[in-house]
Amino acid sequence: MKTSRLWPWLVFALGAAYFIVPLIATFEFSLRMRRGEYSFDAYASVFADPRFHASFGYSVAIGLVTIVVGVLVVVPAVYFVRLRMPWLRPFMEFVTLLPLIIPALILVYGYIRLYNSSSIIPFTGSALGTDILLTGAYVTLALPYMYRAVDNGMRTIDIGTLTEAAQIMGANQVQIIGQIILPNILVAILSGAFLTFAIVIGEFTIASLLNRPAFGPYLVNIGTNRAYEPAALAIISFIITWGAMGMINVLGRFAPRTSARTD
Amino acid sequence: MTDTTSPRTPPRRIPWDYLAVAPFIIFAVMFLFLPTLSLVGGAFTDRQGNFTLDNIVGLFTDQILAAYWISIRISGASAIFGALIGLAITLAIIRGRLPAGLRSAVMTFSGVASNFAGVPLAFAFIATLGRLGLVTIILRTVFGFDMYRSGFNLLSFWGLTLTYLYFQIPLMMLTIAPAVDGLKKEWNEAAQMLGASQWQFWRYVGLPILWPSFLGTLSLLFANAFGAIATAWALTGSNLNIVTVLLYNQIRGDALQNPGLGAALALGMIVITSLANVIYLIVASRAERWMK
Repeated sequence: MKTSRLWPWLVFALGAAYFIVPLIATFEFSLRMRRGEYSFDAYASVFADPRFHASFGYSVAIGLVTIVVGVLVVVPAVYFVRLRMPWLRPFMEFVTLLPLIIPALILVYGYIRLYNSSSIIPFTGSALGTDILLTGAYVTLALPYMYRAVDNGMRTIDIGTLTEAAQIMGANQVQIIGQIILPNILVAILSGAFLTFAIVIGEFTIASLLNRPAFGPYLVNIGTNRAYEPAALAIISFIITWGAMGMINVLGRFAPRTSARTD
Repeated sequence: MTDTTSPRTPPRRIPWDYLAVAPFIIFAVMFLFLPTLSLVGGAFTDRQGNFTLDNIVGLFTDQILAAYWISIRISGASAIFGALIGLAITLAIIRGRLPAGLRSAVMTFSGVASNFAGVPLAFAFIATLGRLGLVTIILRTVFGFDMYRSGFNLLSFWGLTLTYLYFQIPLMMLTIAPAVDGLKKEWNEAAQMLGASQWQFWRYVGLPILWPSFLGTLSLLFANAFGAIATAWALTGSNLNIVTVLLYNQIRGDALQNPGLGAALALGMIVITSLANVIYLIVASRAERWMK
């Protein structure tokens, strides 16, 4: 059968143009700050802004805490559900699907109603409490991705045999999870971590409604007040996202491929 | 999925399994179930805490219905176009006999682009199609075509749809690629041997197999766009009357002057995204039969 290769190339070229033109245009725009010539002035202006450092640093810190909490919540749960409580699996699948169904805007609305300063758990009553609430919200947003990454990681190693072997050697539960299971699924966890980071770093909705000085609200603030810096920030954000996704790809090559069983 | 053997463990004093699952369940209750239930409850409660249907009835005003309708149209349009274009590109890359290296490069880029949403995406499109954007200027100076004078506006239905496609198309490609991979070469060969044309193969074999995955991803894309706010907010500020912007203003400063109505607004959104995702779940379970 003769199938022309013209159509596939044409579709690909049009698609590529749609995705690449905005990047070129944004980069070009970000260089226009100095009149009459291209310069990196917009980037210099961004990096010289103390609010950039403060908000970016804040979001990185929240992102790292989110990753740690996410791992602590997800890994033991997935491990024991796979090992001893398979009947809980549908429940976990359902829970980890919810953040994709319920928009973040609605979740944060619920948090504000539920955890206001006059409630039983007044998260929003103090800065620290709001930070904790923000972290909890981000762990929730990242739950679908962290769960799937960890679940896939545990699928490729035989946790049943590993656990039995460790128990015979006299390891306790904490040792088994911390020293046997965790190192074996480290690549999967890191993939989930980088995806979490990419989601959290520029998040706007929750951070702004909780009034936290995060990177997302800072971006919007710059967007309404400056002309060329937003384009520079868009390029910087794209590079950060690309970096996080690139790390997942690189890590994928180190994932354990030997599997005791295939399912 | 029973890939774990339960080792026969001697009875122990500490119920590790329940202790380990507890944080997950507490988390789900605190950050997913209770907040959602609080809104559902709030939608049916008046200021004095009595049961009422007034909030639900209150949704049926011109402004709120218009906001829902624009949101549904933008989400629908960006989902349908995103799904069609995403499918076309995926088919071109996987089955169009393009160079093999192209596929992994495109899929990696899709992973990046599907996460490149929110505020930076709005900035990128302002720099591209805004009044001073590169494409706008090139069209005007080189081709003498003024987009804005001929009715285009980035801060409009089509402008927002065009922007949303930047994350919708890659999401479609990432989700549909396994299904396209599942179209076995042998089916094409079998169809050829029975005398089918390429068109007949797609009409009677290829597309019917892809259809469930296509429909399923469509509802995922719809929900994805329906709940989005950051891009729209950064593009238009509070000017565009879509339901997420309306709700954002309500949360910020009780713009509707009625907390119960805000909760009802949120409930309406949950109902709409749930409907889209229930369709997805039903269709996805059917689609899995082909994903062997």
